[in-house]
Amino acid sequence: MAKDVNSSRTMASNHKAATVLANGCFLILCCLIAFPLLAGLLASFRPGRELVQNGLAINFDFSTMTLDNYLYLFGQKGENSRVDSAKYFMWYKNSLILTILTVVLTLLVCYFIAYGLTMYKFRLQGFLFFLVIATMCVPFEILMLPLYQEVTALHIINTRAGVILPGLCGASTIFFFRQYMQSLPKELLDAARIDGCTEYGISVKIMMPITKPAFASMAILCAMGSWNNMLWPMLVFRDTSKFTLQIGLNTLLTPYGNNYDLLIAGSMFGIIPILVIYLFFQKYLIDGMTAGAVKG
Amino acid sequence: MEKFKKALNSQKVAPYVFVLPFILSLIIFWAYPLISGIVMSFQDISFGGRTFVGTAHYAKLAKDKFFWTAVTNSVEYMVLTLVLLIPIPMMLAVLMESRLTKAKGVWKVIMYIPALTSVVISGMLFRMMFSEAAGSQMNQMLAFFGQSPIAWLKAKGTAWVALLLLCMWRWTGVNMLYFLSGLKSIDTSIYESADIDGANARQKFWYLTLPLIKPTTIYVVTISVYAGLSMFLESFMLWNGNSSPKNIGLTIVGYLYKRGIEKNDLGYACAVGMVLMIIALIINVIQLIATGTFKREEK
Repeated sequence: MAKDVNSSRTMASNHKAATVLANGCFLILCCLIAFPLLAGLLASFRPGRELVQNGLAINFDFSTMTLDNYLYLFGQKGENSRVDSAKYFMWYKNSLILTILTVVLTLLVCYFIAYGLTMYKFRLQGFLFFLVIATMCVPFEILMLPLYQEVTALHIINTRAGVILPGLCGASTIFFFRQYMQSLPKELLDAARIDGCTEYGISVKIMMPITKPAFASMAILCAMGSWNNMLWPMLVFRDTSKFTLQIGLNTLLTPYGNNYDLLIAGSMFGIIPILVIYLFFQKYLIDGMTAGAVKG
Repeated sequence: MEKFKKALNSQKVAPYVFVLPFILSLIIFWAYPLISGIVMSFQDISFGGRTFVGTAHYAKLAKDKFFWTAVTNSVEYMVLTLVLLIPIPMMLAVLMESRLTKAKGVWKVIMYIPALTSVVISGMLFRMMFSEAAGSQMNQMLAFFGQSPIAWLKAKGTAWVALLLLCMWRWTGVNMLYFLSGLKSIDTSIYESADIDGANARQKFWYLTLPLIKPTTIYVVTISVYAGLSMFLESFMLWNGNSSPKNIGLTIVGYLYKRGIEKNDLGYACAVGMVLMIIALIINVIQLIATGTFKREEK
């Protein structure tokens, strides 16, 4: 009897040690992960030239910190800053507009495609779904150059349409909507048909409200992808006035390091929109991301 | 008109109307560039026009030592990311799912944050942390161990530490979430019966968890193979442009970009792209055969 109590005591303490170990492991990992961003955030309160001369390091010396970079970013410091600030917020606005347009259009188009692929039985159904998967198997970088030529020939180079249209029917978005809709009862459709609703009316009035969670998941993933997208917009946009934030920030990266005040503050400020969306909707994000992974 | 409306609304026609955008986009923005890419890889393209050159580009590629550097780098990068970004996130997911871990939500939220940053921003942060200046984070760390500062990004060994850490920083959390969703789909009663049979933790992992999350593993491996082989922007940002010392950061897509965009030699660049596609397809087929995906579908 006494022995039993003893062993359960060691087990309990073992359990406690393991708990400390597991949580300690994640604590250290999360500190390491936060590290570069924290270093960047701290650096954004110091002169940019320090970044070029000394590199980036965690530095808790608060005495030399100033808001100068951010004042410069918002055009509050010097004549030059007003020009730079105007440029930065033009890129910021471009990115916001492009992201919103991309998200709205992609989601709507992909929703209807997935609806057609899932809610009906028709001859080409299987083949079309196979093609959706096939498009995922060709890396975008291979299509990049011919697509660039095509977009130039179509006269949509240097326009938002040139950036948005080629990626509009995103295979992974269609795939996710399909996965989601497959779990929904099709009897609803028949009931609506009997009530005299048209096929298109059903897709908008009946199914769309039910698929709201799927829209939320895909909206975040799509917004992240679009806000951070760089390679394709870099090829399509030629005028500085049309650049997105990411391309614009990249142009600030010169070997001379004379723009680093703007660059470091601008980079930190550029994470904010996506961070806010993420913190509000992170539950949906995880659902959306992992949809493809479970069923394989 | 009335008839047309009725036909449009029939259940036979409606699905085609719904999938029409996909078919159009498939033809215009996928099949056409793909075929034109294949055709262009056999052509010499200049402002004057196109001339058919047969397999000349491919013959030239076989002897192009920059191209082989690029292929070696890309394949090495892919293999290393697979080694680093499959087992570690898988272990972390198992640990996260266990009853031992508290405050799961907090860890998960933090671990995903790097994936939100763009390559421009994360590349800049890592380039500055690995800068050759004595004050940079990594050189400060060396100083702590009594070493003198080094130029991290100028030699392949140390530069790739930075490159792979950047990759791990961004993707460990994402891959962990994939594995977590795989683990969630496992029926917990399996583990209970294993407990009754007296299985220990290691046995449960090898004989239950690992086979049961196989679909997730295949998915993560597949996307990692593609992402690894077509990596470009990470190296582009880490070396601030498309040229790294002794081409230590040159990848296949980097070479494609250099030839096609910077030197405007589209035909040759398309040939580079085709080789990339063939490598990607071969690796994926090997992987799918090895993991028995085709077999399972035959049943």
